[in-house]
Amino acid sequence: MNAAPQARRLQAMALRAAGTAKPPHVTIRGLCKRFDTTPVYENFDLDIPRGELISVFGPNGCGKSTLINMIAGLVAPDGGQILFDGMRLSEIKFGYVFQNYREALFPWLRAFDNIAYPLKIMEVPPAERRARTERLVAHLGITLDFNLYPYQMSGGQQQLVSIMRALIVEPEILFLDEPFSALDYEMTLFMREQLQRIFMETGTTTVLVSHDLEEAVYLADRVLLLSRHPARIADLAAVASARPRTDATLSDADFVRTKAHCLDVFQREVRRA
Amino acid sequence: MKPDALKPFLPIFGVAGLLVAWSIVTWRQWVDPVLLPSPVSTFAALWNGMNGGPLGFDFVKTVYRTATSTAIAAMIAIPLGIVLGSAERVYRSLEFVIDFFRSTPASATFPLFLVLFGVGDETKISVAAFGAILVILFNVAYGVMNARKTRLLAAKVMGASRLRVLFDVMLLESLPQTFVGLRNGVSLALVIIVVAEMFIGSQDGLGHSVFEAQQLFDMPRMYAAIFAAGALGYGLNLLFLLIERRFVHWSGK
Ligand SMILES: Nc1ncnc2c1ncn2[C@@H]1O[C@H](COP(=O)(O)OP(=O)(O)OP(=O)(O)O)[C@@H](O)[C@H]1O
Ligand SMILES: [Mg+2]
Repeated sequence: MNAAPQARRLQAMALRAAGTAKPPHVTIRGLCKRFDTTPVYENFDLDIPRGELISVFGPNGCGKSTLINMIAGLVAPDGGQILFDGMRLSEIKFGYVFQNYREALFPWLRAFDNIAYPLKIMEVPPAERRARTERLVAHLGITLDFNLYPYQMSGGQQQLVSIMRALIVEPEILFLDEPFSALDYEMTLFMREQLQRIFMETGTTTVLVSHDLEEAVYLADRVLLLSRHPARIADLAAVASARPRTDATLSDADFVRTKAHCLDVFQREVRRA
Repeated sequence: MKPDALKPFLPIFGVAGLLVAWSIVTWRQWVDPVLLPSPVSTFAALWNGMNGGPLGFDFVKTVYRTATSTAIAAMIAIPLGIVLGSAERVYRSLEFVIDFFRSTPASATFPLFLVLFGVGDETKISVAAFGAILVILFNVAYGVMNARKTRLLAAKVMGASRLRVLFDVMLLESLPQTFVGLRNGVSLALVIIVVAEMFIGSQDGLGHSVFEAQQLFDMPRMYAAIFAAGALGYGLNLLFLLIERRFVHWSGK
Protein backbone atom coordinates (compact mmCIF):
# COMPACT_ATOMS: atom_id res chain seq x y z
CA MET A 1 0.00 0.00 0.00
CA ASN A 2 1.40 3.42 -0.83
CA ALA A 3 2.22 5.93 1.85
CA ALA A 4 -0.15 8.83 1.19
CA PRO A 5 -3.45 7.01 1.81
CA GLN A 6 -1.88 5.32 4.81
CA ALA A 7 -1.00 8.72 6.26
CA ARG A 8 -4.49 10.04 5.60
CA ARG A 9 -6.00 7.01 7.23
CA LEU A 10 -3.82 7.47 10.29
CA GLN A 11 -4.84 11.10 10.38
CA ALA A 12 -8.49 10.12 10.23
CA MET A 13 -7.97 7.64 13.04
CA ALA A 14 -6.12 10.22 15.13
CA LEU A 15 -8.98 12.67 14.66
CA ARG A 16 -11.42 10.12 15.95
CA ALA A 17 -9.20 9.15 18.87
CA ALA A 18 -8.95 12.81 19.84
CA GLY A 19 -12.70 12.78 20.35
CA THR A 20 -13.52 15.13 17.50
CA ALA A 21 -16.91 14.59 15.84
CA LYS A 22 -16.89 11.37 13.81
CA PRO A 23 -15.61 12.37 10.36
CA PRO A 24 -17.71 11.14 7.44
CA HIS A 25 -16.45 7.99 5.79
CA VAL A 26 -17.72 8.81 2.33
CA THR A 27 -18.05 12.37 1.07
CA ILE A 28 -19.95 13.03 -2.14
CA ARG A 29 -19.73 16.51 -3.61
CA GLY A 30 -21.35 18.00 -6.70
CA LEU A 31 -22.25 14.62 -8.15
CA CYS A 32 -23.83 14.82 -11.61
CA LYS A 33 -25.22 12.04 -13.77
CA ARG A 34 -27.63 12.01 -16.69
CA PHE A 35 -28.88 9.21 -18.92
CA ASP A 36 -29.77 10.55 -22.37
CA THR A 37 -32.07 13.40 -21.43
CA THR A 38 -32.86 12.26 -17.87
CA PRO A 39 -30.86 14.13 -15.23
CA VAL A 40 -30.63 11.59 -12.40
CA TYR A 41 -28.23 13.58 -10.21
CA GLU A 42 -27.53 17.30 -10.33
CA ASN A 43 -25.01 18.70 -7.90
CA PHE A 44 -25.73 16.05 -5.33
CA ASP A 45 -23.96 16.20 -1.95
CA LEU A 46 -24.00 13.49 0.70
CA ASP A 47 -21.91 12.43 3.69
CA ILE A 48 -22.02 8.82 4.79
CA PRO A 49 -20.90 8.45 8.42
CA ARG A 50 -18.29 5.85 9.29
CA GLY A 51 -19.42 2.54 10.76
CA GLU A 52 -23.10 3.19 10.10
CA LEU A 53 -25.64 1.30 8.09
CA ILE A 54 -27.44 3.61 5.68
CA SER A 55 -30.60 2.45 3.94
CA VAL A 56 -31.46 4.12 0.66
CA PHE A 57 -35.18 4.40 -0.01
CA GLY A 58 -37.08 6.17 -2.76
CA PRO A 59 -39.52 5.77 -5.64
CA ASN A 60 -38.77 3.49 -8.60
CA GLY A 61 -36.25 4.92 -11.00
CA CYS A 62 -35.18 7.75 -8.72
CA GLY A 63 -31.55 6.68 -8.91
CA LYS A 64 -30.87 4.47 -5.89
CA SER A 65 -28.94 1.85 -7.87
CA THR A 66 -27.21 4.54 -9.87
CA LEU A 67 -26.03 6.14 -6.62
CA ILE A 68 -24.45 3.03 -5.12
CA ASN A 69 -23.11 1.97 -8.50
CA MET A 70 -21.38 5.32 -8.85
CA ILE A 71 -19.97 5.06 -5.33
CA ALA A 72 -18.81 1.48 -6.09
CA GLY A 73 -17.32 2.45 -9.44
CA LEU A 74 -19.67 0.40 -11.62
CA VAL A 75 -21.12 3.52 -13.25
CA ALA A 76 -18.98 6.54 -14.08
CA PRO A 77 -20.40 9.88 -12.88
CA ASP A 78 -20.50 12.78 -15.35
CA GLY A 79 -19.09 15.11 -12.74
CA GLY A 80 -18.40 15.62 -9.08
CA GLN A 81 -16.29 13.80 -6.56
CA ILE A 82 -16.64 10.76 -4.33
CA LEU A 83 -13.97 10.30 -1.69
CA PHE A 84 -13.44 7.72 1.04
CA ASP A 85 -11.56 9.33 3.94
CA GLY A 86 -10.15 11.57 1.26
CA MET A 87 -9.05 8.60 -0.84
CA ARG A 88 -10.27 7.37 -4.18
CA LEU A 89 -12.13 4.11 -4.70
CA SER A 90 -9.05 2.42 -6.17
CA GLU A 91 -7.21 2.96 -2.88
CA ILE A 92 -9.74 1.23 -0.66
CA LYS A 93 -11.23 -2.24 -0.26
CA PHE A 94 -14.96 -2.58 -0.67
CA GLY A 95 -17.58 -5.28 -1.12
CA TYR A 96 -20.63 -5.32 -3.37
CA VAL A 97 -23.61 -7.65 -3.08
CA PHE A 98 -25.86 -7.96 -6.13
CA GLN A 99 -29.59 -8.44 -6.05
CA ASN A 100 -29.38 -11.40 -8.39
CA TYR A 101 -27.33 -13.90 -6.39
CA ARG A 102 -28.02 -16.62 -8.97
CA GLU A 103 -26.07 -14.70 -11.56
CA ALA A 104 -23.51 -13.20 -9.22
CA LEU A 105 -21.97 -16.34 -7.73
CA PHE A 106 -19.74 -18.64 -9.79
CA PRO A 107 -21.58 -21.96 -10.26
CA TRP A 108 -18.34 -23.81 -11.07
CA LEU A 109 -16.90 -23.06 -7.62
CA ARG A 110 -18.00 -24.52 -4.31
CA ALA A 111 -19.38 -22.04 -1.78
CA PHE A 112 -16.04 -22.03 0.03
CA ASP A 113 -14.10 -21.16 -3.12
CA ASN A 114 -16.66 -18.56 -4.11
CA ILE A 115 -16.07 -16.81 -0.81
CA ALA A 116 -12.28 -17.10 -1.19
CA TYR A 117 -12.23 -15.96 -4.84
CA PRO A 118 -11.63 -12.22 -4.19
CA LEU A 119 -8.46 -13.22 -2.31
CA LYS A 120 -7.31 -15.12 -5.39
CA ILE A 121 -7.68 -11.92 -7.41
CA MET A 122 -5.58 -10.16 -4.77
CA GLU A 123 -2.98 -12.91 -5.28
CA VAL A 124 -3.12 -14.12 -1.70
CA PRO A 125 -1.40 -17.55 -1.49
CA PRO A 126 -3.81 -20.55 -1.37
CA ALA A 127 -2.99 -21.60 2.21
CA GLU A 128 -3.70 -18.11 3.51
CA ARG A 129 -6.89 -17.89 1.43
CA ARG A 130 -8.13 -21.05 3.07
CA ALA A 131 -7.18 -19.85 6.55
CA ARG A 132 -8.82 -16.47 6.11
CA THR A 133 -12.02 -17.98 4.72
CA GLU A 134 -12.18 -20.44 7.60
CA ARG A 135 -11.64 -17.58 10.03
CA LEU A 136 -14.49 -15.57 8.49
CA VAL A 137 -16.82 -18.57 8.62
CA ALA A 138 -15.96 -19.16 12.28
CA HIS A 139 -16.22 -15.46 13.09
CA LEU A 140 -19.70 -15.12 11.64
CA GLY A 141 -20.78 -18.38 13.23
CA ILE A 142 -22.72 -19.40 10.13
CA THR A 143 -23.55 -23.08 9.92
CA LEU A 144 -23.75 -24.08 6.28
CA ASP A 145 -22.19 -26.81 4.16
CA PHE A 146 -19.57 -24.77 2.32
CA ASN A 147 -18.67 -27.72 0.12
CA LEU A 148 -21.89 -27.34 -1.83
CA TYR A 149 -22.11 -25.67 -5.21
CA PRO A 150 -24.32 -22.57 -5.37
CA TYR A 151 -27.03 -24.36 -7.36
CA GLN A 152 -27.33 -26.89 -4.55
CA MET A 153 -28.21 -24.16 -2.04
CA SER A 154 -31.37 -22.23 -1.26
CA GLY A 155 -31.66 -18.62 -2.38
CA GLY A 156 -30.98 -17.32 1.10
CA GLN A 157 -27.93 -19.51 1.50
CA GLN A 158 -26.62 -18.31 -1.85
CA GLN A 159 -27.13 -14.69 -0.87
CA LEU A 160 -25.37 -15.41 2.42
CA VAL A 161 -22.41 -16.75 0.44
CA SER A 162 -22.48 -13.58 -1.70
CA ILE A 163 -22.35 -11.44 1.41
CA MET A 164 -19.48 -13.48 2.82
CA ARG A 165 -17.66 -13.16 -0.50
CA ALA A 166 -18.03 -9.39 -0.15
CA LEU A 167 -16.74 -9.51 3.45
CA ILE A 168 -13.70 -11.73 2.87
CA VAL A 169 -11.50 -8.82 1.81
CA GLU A 170 -12.35 -7.07 5.10
CA PRO A 171 -13.95 -4.20 3.21
CA GLU A 172 -14.01 -0.71 4.55
CA ILE A 173 -17.43 -0.27 3.00
CA LEU A 174 -20.12 -2.71 1.92
CA PHE A 175 -22.75 -2.05 -0.75
CA LEU A 176 -25.94 -4.07 -1.10
CA ASP A 177 -28.48 -3.35 -3.86
CA GLU A 178 -31.83 -4.88 -2.90
CA PRO A 179 -30.06 -8.00 -1.68
CA PHE A 180 -33.18 -9.78 -0.41
CA SER A 181 -35.76 -8.83 -3.01
CA ALA A 182 -35.44 -12.15 -4.85
CA LEU A 183 -36.02 -14.19 -1.69
CA ASP A 184 -39.27 -15.40 -0.20
CA TYR A 185 -40.61 -13.74 2.94
CA GLU A 186 -39.34 -16.27 5.46
CA MET A 187 -35.86 -16.21 3.94
CA THR A 188 -35.94 -12.41 3.89
CA LEU A 189 -36.64 -12.27 7.63
CA PHE A 190 -33.81 -14.73 8.26
CA MET A 191 -31.42 -12.75 6.08
CA ARG A 192 -32.24 -9.46 7.82
CA GLU A 193 -31.13 -11.03 11.08
CA GLN A 194 -27.97 -12.36 9.45
CA LEU A 195 -27.14 -8.97 7.99
CA GLN A 196 -27.78 -7.22 11.30
CA ARG A 197 -25.54 -9.72 13.07
CA ILE A 198 -22.78 -9.34 10.49
CA PHE A 199 -23.04 -5.57 10.78
CA MET A 200 -22.83 -5.68 14.56
CA GLU A 201 -19.87 -8.08 14.39
CA THR A 202 -17.85 -6.13 11.86
CA GLY A 203 -19.06 -2.52 12.17
CA THR A 204 -18.45 -2.06 8.45
CA THR A 205 -19.89 1.08 6.88
CA THR A 206 -22.80 -0.30 4.89
CA VAL A 207 -25.04 1.15 2.18
CA LEU A 208 -28.21 -0.84 1.60
CA VAL A 209 -30.76 -0.16 -1.12
CA SER A 210 -34.15 -1.50 -0.05
CA HIS A 211 -37.63 -1.42 -1.51
CA ASP A 212 -39.23 -2.35 1.77
CA LEU A 213 -39.64 0.59 4.12
CA GLU A 214 -39.92 -1.57 7.22
CA GLU A 215 -36.72 -3.37 6.29
CA ALA A 216 -34.98 -0.09 5.47
CA VAL A 217 -35.82 1.38 8.86
CA TYR A 218 -35.28 -1.86 10.78
CA LEU A 219 -31.72 -2.33 9.59
CA ALA A 220 -30.56 1.27 9.36
CA ASP A 221 -28.83 3.78 11.54
CA ARG A 222 -30.07 6.36 9.05
CA VAL A 223 -32.56 6.17 6.21
CA LEU A 224 -31.64 8.17 3.13
CA LEU A 225 -34.90 9.20 1.48
CA LEU A 226 -34.47 10.26 -2.13
CA SER A 227 -36.87 12.31 -4.22
CA ARG A 228 -37.82 11.59 -7.83
CA HIS A 229 -35.04 12.37 -10.29
CA PRO A 230 -33.14 14.56 -10.33
CA ALA A 231 -32.64 13.03 -6.90
CA ARG A 232 -32.41 15.27 -3.88
CA ILE A 233 -32.08 14.22 -0.27
CA ALA A 234 -35.67 14.42 0.95
CA ASP A 235 -34.48 13.43 4.40
CA LEU A 236 -31.70 11.60 6.17
CA ALA A 237 -33.68 10.23 9.09
CA ALA A 238 -31.85 8.80 12.09
CA VAL A 239 -33.19 5.56 13.55
CA ALA A 240 -32.62 5.59 17.29
CA SER A 241 -33.71 2.05 18.23
CA ALA A 242 -30.99 0.08 20.00
CA ARG A 243 -29.36 -3.01 18.50
CA PRO A 244 -29.86 -5.88 18.28
CA ARG A 245 -33.28 -5.10 16.97
CA THR A 246 -35.89 -7.82 17.20
CA ASP A 247 -39.52 -8.41 16.35
CA ALA A 248 -40.35 -6.39 19.45
CA THR A 249 -38.57 -3.40 17.90
CA LEU A 250 -41.16 -3.35 15.13
CA SER A 251 -43.87 -2.30 17.57
CA ASP A 252 -41.59 -0.03 19.59
CA ALA A 253 -42.98 3.54 19.73
CA ASP A 254 -39.73 5.10 18.51
CA PHE A 255 -39.52 2.72 15.59
CA VAL A 256 -43.13 3.21 14.59
CA ARG A 257 -42.71 6.99 14.70
CA THR A 258 -39.58 6.90 12.53
CA LYS A 259 -41.23 4.62 10.03
CA ALA A 260 -44.35 6.81 9.88
CA HIS A 261 -42.16 9.84 9.35
CA CYS A 262 -40.29 8.16 6.51
CA LEU A 263 -43.55 7.10 4.89
CA ASP A 264 -44.79 10.67 5.19
CA VAL A 265 -41.73 12.09 3.50
CA PHE A 266 -41.86 9.42 0.81
CA GLN A 267 -45.51 10.09 -0.03
CA ARG A 268 -44.94 13.82 -0.15
CA GLU A 269 -42.06 13.24 -2.56
CA VAL A 270 -44.04 10.88 -4.77
CA ARG A 271 -47.03 13.22 -4.89
CA ARG A 272 -44.84 16.19 -5.90
CA ALA A 273 -44.37 14.68 -9.33
CA MET B 1 -44.64 -50.20 -8.00
CA LYS B 2 -43.97 -46.47 -7.87
CA PRO B 3 -44.43 -44.81 -11.27
CA ASP B 4 -40.81 -43.57 -11.16
CA ALA B 5 -39.31 -47.05 -10.76
CA LEU B 6 -40.35 -47.87 -14.29
CA LYS B 7 -38.86 -44.74 -15.79
CA PRO B 8 -35.33 -45.97 -16.67
CA PHE B 9 -36.84 -48.94 -18.52
CA LEU B 10 -39.28 -46.96 -20.65
CA PRO B 11 -36.94 -46.66 -23.69
CA ILE B 12 -36.84 -50.47 -23.85
CA PHE B 13 -40.54 -50.51 -24.71
CA GLY B 14 -39.96 -48.38 -27.80
CA VAL B 15 -37.12 -50.61 -29.00
CA ALA B 16 -39.10 -53.79 -28.29
CA GLY B 17 -42.14 -52.35 -30.08
CA LEU B 18 -40.10 -51.52 -33.15
CA LEU B 19 -38.53 -55.01 -33.23
CA VAL B 20 -41.92 -56.72 -32.83
CA ALA B 21 -43.50 -54.60 -35.58
CA TRP B 22 -40.53 -55.27 -37.85
CA SER B 23 -40.70 -59.03 -37.14
CA ILE B 24 -44.40 -59.14 -37.93
CA VAL B 25 -43.97 -57.18 -41.15
CA THR B 26 -41.23 -59.51 -42.43
CA TRP B 27 -42.91 -62.68 -41.10
CA ARG B 28 -46.20 -61.85 -42.80
CA GLN B 29 -44.22 -60.72 -45.84
CA TRP B 30 -46.10 -57.43 -46.09
CA VAL B 31 -42.97 -55.96 -47.63
CA ASP B 32 -40.79 -57.61 -50.27
CA PRO B 33 -38.21 -59.58 -48.19
CA VAL B 34 -35.51 -58.48 -50.60
CA LEU B 35 -36.12 -54.84 -49.56
CA LEU B 36 -36.63 -55.49 -45.87
CA PRO B 37 -34.77 -58.48 -44.39
CA SER B 38 -35.84 -59.91 -41.04
CA PRO B 39 -34.38 -58.56 -37.80
CA VAL B 40 -32.61 -61.89 -37.24
CA SER B 41 -30.73 -61.86 -40.55
CA THR B 42 -29.94 -58.15 -40.12
CA PHE B 43 -28.50 -58.59 -36.66
CA ALA B 44 -26.65 -61.73 -37.75
CA ALA B 45 -25.04 -59.63 -40.51
CA LEU B 46 -24.25 -56.93 -37.96
CA TRP B 47 -22.73 -59.42 -35.52
CA ASN B 48 -20.65 -61.23 -38.14
CA GLY B 49 -19.56 -57.99 -39.77
CA MET B 50 -18.43 -56.44 -36.51
CA ASN B 51 -16.70 -59.60 -35.24
CA GLY B 52 -13.73 -59.85 -37.56
CA GLY B 53 -15.79 -59.08 -40.66
CA PRO B 54 -15.22 -56.04 -42.92
CA LEU B 55 -17.89 -53.98 -41.11
CA GLY B 56 -15.73 -53.73 -37.99
CA PHE B 57 -12.84 -52.40 -40.07
CA ASP B 58 -15.14 -49.87 -41.81
CA PHE B 59 -16.51 -48.83 -38.44
CA VAL B 60 -13.04 -48.13 -37.07
CA LYS B 61 -12.18 -46.13 -40.19
CA THR B 62 -15.25 -43.93 -39.81
CA VAL B 63 -14.60 -43.44 -36.11
CA TYR B 64 -11.03 -42.41 -36.90
CA ARG B 65 -12.07 -39.90 -39.57
CA THR B 66 -14.89 -38.41 -37.49
CA ALA B 67 -12.74 -38.15 -34.37
CA THR B 68 -9.84 -36.59 -36.28
CA SER B 69 -12.01 -33.99 -37.99
CA THR B 70 -13.81 -33.11 -34.75
CA ALA B 71 -10.53 -32.82 -32.86
CA ILE B 72 -9.08 -30.53 -35.53
CA ALA B 73 -12.26 -28.47 -35.57
CA ALA B 74 -12.27 -28.12 -31.77
CA MET B 75 -8.60 -27.12 -31.65
CA ILE B 76 -9.22 -24.34 -34.15
CA ALA B 77 -12.75 -23.27 -33.23
CA ILE B 78 -12.58 -23.11 -29.43
CA PRO B 79 -9.68 -20.65 -29.09
CA LEU B 80 -10.95 -18.65 -32.05
CA GLY B 81 -14.48 -18.58 -30.63
CA ILE B 82 -13.20 -17.28 -27.29
CA VAL B 83 -11.19 -14.54 -28.97
CA LEU B 84 -14.07 -13.52 -31.26
CA GLY B 85 -16.65 -13.75 -28.48
CA SER B 86 -14.68 -11.52 -26.16
CA ALA B 87 -14.23 -8.93 -28.93
CA GLU B 88 -17.88 -8.52 -29.79
CA ARG B 89 -17.28 -5.90 -32.49
CA VAL B 90 -14.95 -8.24 -34.36
CA TYR B 91 -17.50 -11.06 -34.11
CA ARG B 92 -20.29 -8.80 -35.38
CA SER B 93 -18.24 -7.88 -38.41
CA LEU B 94 -17.56 -11.56 -39.18
CA GLU B 95 -21.02 -12.79 -38.22
CA PHE B 96 -22.43 -12.70 -41.73
CA VAL B 97 -19.49 -14.63 -43.16
CA ILE B 98 -19.72 -17.28 -40.42
CA ASP B 99 -23.50 -17.59 -40.76
CA PHE B 100 -23.25 -17.79 -44.53
CA PHE B 101 -20.78 -20.67 -44.54
CA ARG B 102 -22.55 -22.32 -41.63
CA SER B 103 -25.68 -22.36 -43.80
CA THR B 104 -23.85 -23.64 -46.86
CA PRO B 105 -24.34 -27.42 -47.22
CA ALA B 106 -20.87 -28.87 -46.62
CA SER B 107 -21.52 -31.43 -49.37
CA ALA B 108 -21.56 -28.55 -51.87
CA THR B 109 -17.90 -27.91 -51.07
CA PHE B 110 -16.77 -31.50 -51.80
CA PRO B 111 -15.56 -30.68 -55.35
CA LEU B 112 -13.62 -27.70 -54.03
CA PHE B 113 -11.87 -29.76 -51.37
CA LEU B 114 -11.24 -32.53 -53.94
CA VAL B 115 -9.35 -30.04 -56.06
CA LEU B 116 -7.41 -28.86 -53.00
CA PHE B 117 -6.60 -32.18 -51.34
CA GLY B 118 -7.17 -34.97 -53.88
CA VAL B 119 -9.23 -38.10 -53.24
CA GLY B 120 -7.52 -39.25 -50.03
CA ASP B 121 -8.52 -39.06 -46.38
CA GLU B 122 -7.45 -35.41 -46.19
CA THR B 123 -10.41 -34.30 -48.27
CA LYS B 124 -13.01 -36.11 -46.16
CA ILE B 125 -11.45 -35.02 -42.90
CA SER B 126 -11.01 -31.43 -43.96
CA VAL B 127 -14.56 -31.01 -45.31
CA ALA B 128 -15.95 -32.47 -42.07
CA ALA B 129 -13.61 -30.30 -39.98
CA PHE B 130 -14.65 -27.24 -41.99
CA GLY B 131 -18.33 -27.92 -41.28
CA ALA B 132 -17.73 -28.66 -37.60
CA ILE B 133 -15.48 -25.61 -37.09
CA LEU B 134 -18.25 -23.20 -38.03
CA VAL B 135 -20.79 -24.88 -35.76
CA ILE B 136 -18.41 -25.00 -32.78
CA LEU B 137 -17.09 -21.49 -33.40
CA PHE B 138 -20.59 -20.04 -33.50
CA ASN B 139 -21.56 -21.71 -30.24
CA VAL B 140 -18.37 -20.85 -28.35
CA ALA B 141 -18.52 -17.21 -29.44
CA TYR B 142 -22.14 -16.94 -28.36
CA GLY B 143 -21.35 -18.67 -25.07
CA VAL B 144 -18.68 -16.07 -24.36
CA MET B 145 -20.82 -13.15 -25.50
CA ASN B 146 -23.78 -14.27 -23.41
CA ALA B 147 -21.72 -14.61 -20.25
CA ARG B 148 -23.91 -13.32 -17.46
CA LYS B 149 -23.32 -9.61 -17.13
CA THR B 150 -23.70 -9.75 -13.36
CA ARG B 151 -20.94 -12.34 -13.09
CA LEU B 152 -18.59 -10.19 -15.15
CA LEU B 153 -19.47 -7.17 -13.01
CA ALA B 154 -18.94 -9.23 -9.85
CA ALA B 155 -15.42 -10.11 -11.00
CA LYS B 156 -14.86 -6.51 -12.02
CA VAL B 157 -15.81 -5.03 -8.63
CA MET B 158 -13.39 -7.48 -7.03
CA GLY B 159 -10.71 -5.84 -9.15
CA ALA B 160 -10.14 -8.67 -11.66
CA SER B 161 -8.07 -7.77 -14.73
CA ARG B 162 -9.50 -8.25 -18.21
CA LEU B 163 -7.37 -11.34 -18.73
CA ARG B 164 -8.52 -12.86 -15.46
CA VAL B 165 -12.15 -12.14 -16.30
CA LEU B 166 -11.59 -13.88 -19.64
CA PHE B 167 -10.06 -17.03 -18.13
CA ASP B 168 -11.84 -17.25 -14.78
CA VAL B 169 -15.29 -16.17 -15.85
CA MET B 170 -15.97 -15.96 -19.59
CA LEU B 171 -14.23 -19.22 -20.45
CA LEU B 172 -16.15 -21.18 -17.82
CA GLU B 173 -19.39 -19.38 -18.59
CA SER B 174 -19.09 -20.45 -22.22
CA LEU B 175 -18.45 -24.14 -21.45
CA PRO B 176 -22.10 -25.32 -21.50
CA GLN B 177 -22.61 -23.64 -24.89
CA THR B 178 -19.25 -24.99 -26.08
CA PHE B 179 -20.49 -28.51 -25.41
CA VAL B 180 -23.65 -27.81 -27.39
CA GLY B 181 -21.34 -26.82 -30.21
CA LEU B 182 -19.18 -29.93 -29.81
CA ARG B 183 -22.20 -32.24 -29.87
CA ASN B 184 -23.61 -30.57 -32.96
CA GLY B 185 -20.14 -30.47 -34.49
CA VAL B 186 -19.44 -34.17 -34.05
CA SER B 187 -22.87 -35.09 -35.43
CA LEU B 188 -22.30 -32.93 -38.48
CA ALA B 189 -18.79 -34.32 -38.94
CA LEU B 190 -20.18 -37.86 -38.93
CA VAL B 191 -22.82 -36.97 -41.54
CA ILE B 192 -20.21 -35.42 -43.80
CA ILE B 193 -17.75 -38.29 -43.35
CA VAL B 194 -20.37 -40.94 -44.19
CA VAL B 195 -21.53 -39.07 -47.29
CA ALA B 196 -17.92 -38.53 -48.35
CA GLU B 197 -17.20 -42.24 -47.91
CA MET B 198 -20.07 -43.05 -50.25
CA PHE B 199 -19.20 -40.81 -53.10
CA ILE B 200 -15.57 -39.72 -52.96
CA GLY B 201 -13.79 -42.78 -54.30
CA SER B 202 -13.49 -44.41 -50.90
CA GLN B 203 -12.35 -47.98 -50.29
CA ASP B 204 -13.55 -48.24 -46.69
CA GLY B 205 -15.70 -46.65 -44.00
CA LEU B 206 -19.35 -47.11 -43.06
CA GLY B 207 -20.56 -44.94 -45.95
CA HIS B 208 -18.63 -47.11 -48.37
CA SER B 209 -20.02 -50.23 -46.70
CA VAL B 210 -23.64 -49.05 -47.09
CA PHE B 211 -23.05 -48.05 -50.68
CA GLU B 212 -21.28 -51.27 -51.63
CA ALA B 213 -23.95 -53.46 -49.98
CA GLN B 214 -26.58 -51.60 -51.96
CA GLN B 215 -24.67 -52.11 -55.21
CA LEU B 216 -24.42 -55.86 -54.41
CA PHE B 217 -28.04 -55.94 -53.26
CA ASP B 218 -26.89 -57.46 -49.97
CA MET B 219 -29.73 -56.00 -47.91
CA PRO B 220 -28.93 -57.50 -44.47
CA ARG B 221 -25.41 -56.11 -44.76
CA MET B 222 -26.71 -52.71 -45.82
CA TYR B 223 -29.09 -52.49 -42.87
CA ALA B 224 -26.31 -53.71 -40.59
CA ALA B 225 -24.05 -50.88 -41.79
CA ILE B 226 -26.84 -48.35 -41.31
CA PHE B 227 -27.35 -49.54 -37.76
CA ALA B 228 -23.63 -49.40 -37.09
CA ALA B 229 -23.63 -45.77 -38.29
CA GLY B 230 -26.64 -45.01 -36.11
CA ALA B 231 -25.01 -46.57 -33.07
CA LEU B 232 -21.87 -44.56 -33.75
CA GLY B 233 -23.79 -41.28 -33.99
CA TYR B 234 -25.72 -42.02 -30.83
CA GLY B 235 -22.58 -43.15 -29.00
CA LEU B 236 -20.62 -40.03 -29.90
CA ASN B 237 -23.44 -37.80 -28.72
CA LEU B 238 -23.69 -39.76 -25.49
CA LEU B 239 -19.94 -39.59 -24.97
CA PHE B 240 -19.99 -35.80 -25.15
CA LEU B 241 -23.00 -35.66 -22.85
CA LEU B 242 -21.19 -37.77 -20.27
CA ILE B 243 -18.04 -35.65 -20.51
CA GLU B 244 -20.16 -32.53 -20.16
CA ARG B 245 -21.98 -33.87 -17.14
CA ARG B 246 -18.67 -34.74 -15.53
CA PHE B 247 -16.84 -31.47 -16.17
CA VAL B 248 -19.59 -28.90 -16.61
CA HIS B 249 -21.64 -30.00 -13.63
CA TRP B 250 -23.39 -26.63 -13.38
CA SER B 251 -24.76 -26.78 -16.93
CA GLY B 252 -28.49 -26.00 -17.07
CA LYS B 253 -28.70 -25.32 -13.34
N1 LIG C 1 -27.98 2.38 -18.37
C1 LIG C 1 -29.00 3.26 -18.37
N2 LIG C 1 -29.37 3.85 -19.53
C2 LIG C 1 -30.39 4.77 -19.55
N3 LIG C 1 -31.09 5.12 -18.48
C3 LIG C 1 -30.77 4.58 -17.30
C4 LIG C 1 -29.72 3.60 -17.19
N4 LIG C 1 -29.62 3.22 -15.90
C5 LIG C 1 -30.58 3.91 -15.25
N5 LIG C 1 -31.27 4.72 -16.07
C6 LIG C 1 -32.34 5.64 -15.69
O1 LIG C 1 -31.90 6.36 -14.57
C7 LIG C 1 -32.90 6.46 -13.60
C8 LIG C 1 -32.41 5.88 -12.29
O2 LIG C 1 -32.19 4.48 -12.42
P1 LIG C 1 -31.85 3.55 -11.19
O3 LIG C 1 -31.67 2.19 -11.70
O4 LIG C 1 -30.71 4.15 -10.44
O5 LIG C 1 -33.17 3.67 -10.33
P2 LIG C 1 -33.53 2.91 -8.99
O6 LIG C 1 -33.86 3.96 -8.00
O7 LIG C 1 -32.49 1.93 -8.61
O8 LIG C 1 -34.85 2.17 -9.45
P3 LIG C 1 -35.48 0.82 -8.93
O9 LIG C 1 -36.21 1.19 -7.69
O10 LIG C 1 -36.40 0.44 -10.02
O11 LIG C 1 -34.37 -0.15 -8.71
C9 LIG C 1 -34.11 5.73 -14.15
O12 LIG C 1 -34.99 6.68 -14.66
C10 LIG C 1 -33.57 4.88 -15.24
O13 LIG C 1 -34.50 4.76 -16.27
MG1 LIG D 1 -32.41 -0.25 -8.52
